[in-house]
Amino acid sequence: MNPILITIVTLTAIGLLVSAILFIVAKKFKVEEDARIDDVEALLPGANCGGCGCAGCRDFATKLVSLDELGDVQCPVGGGETMNKIAALLGKTAPVSAPKIAVVKCNGTCENRPKVNDYDGFATCKVKASLYSGDTGCGFGCLGCGDCTRVCKFDAISMDPATGLPVVDESKCTGCGACVKACPKGVIELRPKGLRGMRVVVLCNNRDKGAVARKACQAACIGCAKCAKVCKFEAIAVENNLAYIDPEKCKLCTKCVDECPTGAIHKFNFPVKKKVEPKPEAAPEVKPVEKPVEKPAPEVKPEPKPEPEVKPEPKPVEKPAPEVKPEPVEKPAPAPEPAAEPAPAPEPDDREDVIELDI
Amino acid sequence: MKNKTFAIGGVHPAERKMAKDAAIEVFPLPAKVAISMAQHLGAPASPVVAKGDKVKVGQVIGTPTGFVSGFVHSSVSGTVTAVEPRADLAGNKVMHVCIDVEGDEYAEGINLSGRVERDVKGTPEELIEKIKAAGVVGMGGATFPTHIKLAPPKDKKAEYLIINGCECEPYVTADDRLMREHPHEIVMGARVMAKALGVETVIIAVEENKPEAFAALTEATLRYIGFYVYKMKKKYPQGGEKQLIDAVTGRRVPSGGLPIDTGCVVQNVATAYAVYQAVQKDKPLIERVMTVTGDCLKERKNYLVRIGTPLSAILDSVGGLPDGAVKVISGGPMMGKAVANLEATTQKGSSCLLVLTAKQTARTPEQPCIRCGRCTQACPMGLEPWLMNRLGRAGDTDALEENKIYDCIECGCCQSTCPAHIPLLDIVRTSKADVMKIIRSRAKK
Repeated sequence: MNPILITIVTLTAIGLLVSAILFIVAKKFKVEEDARIDDVEALLPGANCGGCGCAGCRDFATKLVSLDELGDVQCPVGGGETMNKIAALLGKTAPVSAPKIAVVKCNGTCENRPKVNDYDGFATCKVKASLYSGDTGCGFGCLGCGDCTRVCKFDAISMDPATGLPVVDESKCTGCGACVKACPKGVIELRPKGLRGMRVVVLCNNRDKGAVARKACQAACIGCAKCAKVCKFEAIAVENNLAYIDPEKCKLCTKCVDECPTGAIHKFNFPVKKKVEPKPEAAPEVKPVEKPVEKPAPEVKPEPKPEPEVKPEPKPVEKPAPEVKPEPVEKPAPAPEPAAEPAPAPEPDDREDVIELDI
Repeated sequence: MKNKTFAIGGVHPAERKMAKDAAIEVFPLPAKVAISMAQHLGAPASPVVAKGDKVKVGQVIGTPTGFVSGFVHSSVSGTVTAVEPRADLAGNKVMHVCIDVEGDEYAEGINLSGRVERDVKGTPEELIEKIKAAGVVGMGGATFPTHIKLAPPKDKKAEYLIINGCECEPYVTADDRLMREHPHEIVMGARVMAKALGVETVIIAVEENKPEAFAALTEATLRYIGFYVYKMKKKYPQGGEKQLIDAVTGRRVPSGGLPIDTGCVVQNVATAYAVYQAVQKDKPLIERVMTVTGDCLKERKNYLVRIGTPLSAILDSVGGLPDGAVKVISGGPMMGKAVANLEATTQKGSSCLLVLTAKQTARTPEQPCIRCGRCTQACPMGLEPWLMNRLGRAGDTDALEENKIYDCIECGCCQSTCPAHIPLLDIVRTSKADVMKIIRSRAKK
């Protein structure tokens, strides 16, 4: 027979046989997968950051599809917008939660917090923290080796060489929480972004007694509780010599910022020109702007109180929150001279004590 | 016969025992002491004195708070001025009892005569109770409470008591001087512990670079049956518990196991001395021998210091920190910890105060691993530090556990041999801590 014919017939036969086998196998061992997983994954940002607690975006999509109720499951990167889209696709109700942002709760700059020894060991915070309390008198603050900057997948946090502290780029930070996990001192906290990015935060993590804390760092919270007294909304609690402002209760009146004797409380993204006279009616008007998610309750309640002077209608510059560059408005307000706290002598320690440390 | 040593790994750092000819001096009483409540491994003691209390030397000021914990005694007589958290030598806040020294009045019942008491009285239980009450801990540096080691679990039987006089760390000479000047007390302490454990054989291991100590102990043990003094080859980390058991008996502690699994109990010579003081003289652990040394110091000393003496006072006594000194290390150069706070005070485990210059402590920039395998050769536990480094940086805790990172004794041999100057020990230590945390939380479930 013609060898060409034989070849053609043989190959065709083999092809048919193999395709039959493949067909049977594909039918028999087909993995049933919800088609919606692909759709949900396409909606997710694809950063695979792990901020949601899942191994990646695909894993998170699988979880979302399998859930009966979305509850408070949240993609920290995509935020409410993404979750709304996904909820619409899946026919479920979207979770309600405010977008968050990483806040570095330490203001121990080189001037505020003089060094008492030098570290020349392996320059990561993790190793440094395992060896000793740090190269300043404060054992709670930022160690300055930048572990947080190395874990950030969004390039949103970087070390400021002038202060030796990490700076969060608000336009890039997605609130995934990777830096929070990386910080061995627990200096970084995820806080709600706040209305138009406005926040009032205690920039200190020092739980030492006032005198000790003040000696180590001029900008430390000394736990004097003046802020808690001046706060009309009971948003500030002092625990372990450290004030904490509850973002859910804070109404951004900024009274505490002026009251703090050490300037440990800072306000972010407040308009530069503040109108002093408050407009009580202003509050309800501002509330229904683009972000209904942010603590809607706070603004409604205080109508008798004149506090929320922060949002007077004439907004000079600010457009919707996230784009606002964090031009830090605050001058930490050197404040009424240190009244209550005992140790006002923060002179730099004698340099004889400077010891290099490593193993 | 060839001198014994352990089978795998180890390094030979320059010994630099510069203070070995300085006889032990009694350090003058400081004006103030601050005694840490966390001088032992395990739970810190809880203070039982308050501000204003008068205390005597040897009075209990801290009581144990857990199974692995210990008593703390006042090392001076005087008035308690504060009971507060203070920075220890790493700068971490730890509860301290601060005492202003007034006179030197000992609590009742403490035998201060120099006579060597050779009669060991009491049952093993009574002896262990006495050792516990005296607050004796492992004084080689790990500060594990001694009474726990002397009471092994019922199903395990001790065969050998090994007294560790290796002192393999460079610079440190405290144990050497103690062995040369108080061999009889050390041997008596070993007899007390042998009775408590019920063992017949006691082996005292001394490295070959301490011939005087070897001779003194050999002479002191002549009259006792079952006592052997071994001359060991000079190698770091021979003073490690597991390495010493291997070197002396040829037995290997199984991975993840305890030394008692091989039938051995290891105690440091300084611990033996403290046990002698506790049982035969009723004197709790209130002082220890400490070497003050460093190439840049004018004089090097071996001091008998009270626990709680400020490090700055000890440094002042040898002329203060000289020019060019940049680093003070508590302990030896291999395993010691750099001191971040010179106002910190001595503890039960402080064997040495080492002052180093910038040249000695200079770090060379890290270079990439070239897979030469020196760290693997040097590791006395048979681990692969280069692999741990890679896995540790990647955060792969599962693989680290598979590679038995929990067996690491943190001796630092790997880092000291690495030609690429990779901070292997730093990475391995932090990774080990992560893995141990996972293992513990798994065990809790």
